[in-house]
Amino acid sequence: MSAPAMGTSKTAHTDSSHKKKKGPGTLAIAYLVIYNVVMTAGWLVIAVGLVRAYLARGSYHGLYYSIEKPLKFFQTGALLEILHCAVGIVPSSVVLTGFQVMSRVFLTWAVTHSVREVQSEDSVLLFVVAWTVTEIIRYSFYTFSLLNHLPYLIKWASFLNIHRYTFFIVLYPMGVAGELLTIYAALPYVQKTGLYSITLPNKYNFSFDYHSFLILVMVSYIPLFPQLYFHMMRQRKKVLGHMEEYSKVE
Amino acid sequence: MSRTIFFEVEILDSKTKEQLCFLDKVEPHSSVGDIKSLFHKSYPKWYPARQALRLDPKGKALRNDDLLQNLPVGTSATLYFRDLGPQLGWTMVFLAEYIGPLLIYLLFYFRVPYIYNHKYTLTSSSHHVVNLACACHSFHYIKRLFETIFVHRFSNGTMPLRATLRNCAYYWGFAAWLAYYINHPLYTPPSYGKTQVRYALIIFVLCEAGNFSVHWSLNSLKCEGAKCRRFPNPSKNPFTWLFFFVSCPNYTYEVGAWVGLSIMTQCVPVALFTFLGFIQMSIWAKGKHKTYTREFKDYPNFRMPILPFIL
Repeated sequence: MSAPAMGTSKTAHTDSSHKKKKGPGTLAIAYLVIYNVVMTAGWLVIAVGLVRAYLARGSYHGLYYSIEKPLKFFQTGALLEILHCAVGIVPSSVVLTGFQVMSRVFLTWAVTHSVREVQSEDSVLLFVVAWTVTEIIRYSFYTFSLLNHLPYLIKWASFLNIHRYTFFIVLYPMGVAGELLTIYAALPYVQKTGLYSITLPNKYNFSFDYHSFLILVMVSYIPLFPQLYFHMMRQRKKVLGHMEEYSKVE
Repeated sequence: MSRTIFFEVEILDSKTKEQLCFLDKVEPHSSVGDIKSLFHKSYPKWYPARQALRLDPKGKALRNDDLLQNLPVGTSATLYFRDLGPQLGWTMVFLAEYIGPLLIYLLFYFRVPYIYNHKYTLTSSSHHVVNLACACHSFHYIKRLFETIFVHRFSNGTMPLRATLRNCAYYWGFAAWLAYYINHPLYTPPSYGKTQVRYALIIFVLCEAGNFSVHWSLNSLKCEGAKCRRFPNPSKNPFTWLFFFVSCPNYTYEVGAWVGLSIMTQCVPVALFTFLGFIQMSIWAKGKHKTYTREFKDYPNFRMPILPFIL
């Protein structure tokens, strides 16, 4: 569910900004360029942090702690993208973007941050790496797309676009696997401590079982993941088809 | 003496572009609705409500009352057909949507087996407010069923089956969820006791009366389908005086009734249902308000869509 943020929502955006620049004014575009540059830089910091920590420790274990703060900061910052859609400077659906960003934020805060015991799990590394690579490609691609009036940058944008759609074939299932395994690892602790759960009786006549909720979240991946995966596959065919035509015209 | 020129109408499938039907000797003053009836004769399973006919495969669907001779076609027209899927008339839609919550709530009220702990099966709650809430909830949906059958006049419009099923899932599911808590053995009555329940009941009753009055008043407008000759106005009935302030007082009263029920039961799921309903009805009210102001030049400026002075 978090993995879908790997670019699905922005497909409409890329197609339309690839074809011609219209819609948002220059101020909005300047802001978006800054936003995307900052996000690219942020996720690069996370990538570098992971590599350095791995080299220093010599093992994959517990790398989460070395990039915990920038991960939380930059992943939470993605909430701004919902605002971008709502205001209209990005032509994506608010609902779709909202759903994807919220699922990422949910995994970052409501699962990984909240359940301390899963932070040393290897599954966390799995989705963090998947997210990092995806986001670096995605944000740098948007940056170049927004600046696409510079002709030599178009080649870079195409390069990134092809890689974005090809990398996701591996990154997407990898991210989903990491997320599911992490939620699964959190289940026993949530049940034991009754985290985020309310029981009856109480004066608002309401109950919530976070443990059951997490199981429901895991189950929801079953219908959602294939749909999003095949949507990306179709987008990929379309984009690669355009690329061929474009290079033929050249 | 003018010679009647007959039209030829060719109907193609929007996606495959293959010819589905060819009609000749069509009267020029035929409407799109007439064409649909003719098409239905060749394809009995596609009744007119299910058909969308367009001049362009990706264009907007034509209205049933559009006349063939007024369309930008020569004497030989090509229309594109799309199947809208099984349709339900509005009456059926509302009956389905309202019977569910009515009956489902009662299942929880009577605590049928397998919902709660088996030692509570078929017992009744000791709280007076639980019985009252059941009476109010049931009254609300019985009144709605009554209005659907006897009061509302629906246009010939329909709703796709899939959308109806989705709506039913929402209403039925929510009814089950809120009924579960209100009728739960561990239910906690409102914090301010009988006073709170009494005032909530007054709000509920007044709003139900208001909602019914507005529906009755809307019924008395002379309307043909969706087009009305006059916009609704306050009448002698004091409940309709809300028309001075809002375009859709039926929605205002509906929200009010649910607010009453929320206060009466002091139950979060009921409050959430009220809130979501308020959002949806505000969207509908805004749309209706825009239609009114567009259609009637003398529409009063003072009126807001759903909340007096505010929204």
